Amino acid sequence: MTLRALLLVATALFSIGIYGLLTRRQAVALLLSIEVMANAANLVFVAFARFGGAPGQPLVLFALAITVAEVAVGLALVLLLYRRHGDTLLELASEAKG
Amino acid sequence: MSAELGFGLLAFVLVGLPAIRVVTCRDLVRGVLWLAVTLLGTAVLYALLRAPFLAGVQVLTYVGGVVTLMVFGVMVTRKHEASTVPVDGTNKVRGALAALGFFGVVAWAIFRTDLSSLLPVETPSTQDLALSLLDPYLLAFEVASVLLLAAIVSAVVLARRRDPVPGTAESVQRSAIQEGSAP
Repeated sequence: MTLRALLLVATALFSIGIYGLLTRRQAVALLLSIEVMANAANLVFVAFARFGGAPGQPLVLFALAITVAEVAVGLALVLLLYRRHGDTLLELASEAKG
Repeated sequence: MSAELGFGLLAFVLVGLPAIRVVTCRDLVRGVLWLAVTLLGTAVLYALLRAPFLAGVQVLTYVGGVVTLMVFGVMVTRKHEASTVPVDGTNKVRGALAALGFFGVVAWAIFRTDLSSLLPVETPSTQDLALSLLDPYLLAFEVASVLLLAAIVSAVVLARRRDPVPGTAESVQRSAIQEGSAP
């Protein structure tokens, strides 16, 4: 298990997240893709903590807290979208368009 | 080289395949469950990287908390039994191109960078982690707790149904309905 292989795995995960972010139309599915991307970033933090001794592990704990907060607020917004339009397709959330 | 190939295969089975299922699944509930598999696979990678505490936290908060929350979110906002959404073709091609382009650029940068000076070192123990949270990162720790509080309050405020303001037409109507239905 080398650092290069780990970085490539994390990059692949992040790319999969980008693909999901660009192709899905449902708000919850977008949240799932963001989770995958955040996970890839955390993997890089832990990899650099193991190789080279960067202080990555405390950073992962903070990143976890931020992700949990983001999911809570994101799901509340999805719930609002559903109540207003009866569905969670993202193109329905266009009230703020100029 | 064969060890690296083996690790690549392991990583593909642990996180790659489930992550691909997350972004391609038509059924959202299955997508959430595949996300749980991805996160568990990442926890395994953390354990392999000598970060046992983070592996435990990952399982507890992500798989236990976030995935449960997501399942609730999907179930509450589901329109029909099988909520599938069509994806149009050009969108898919564009997404794949963007993802592959990003992967190509970053992989190129990784292969060009000299990583040989970064050798495996002793990772901090759980005790070291706790001490570092409460000493050098104390401010960030407190800010994170305030952020979590703000997120909880905002989630409740956003998701709550509006109480009717007393005296408006809606509240009068509502109380009339309630009185009418009372025996």
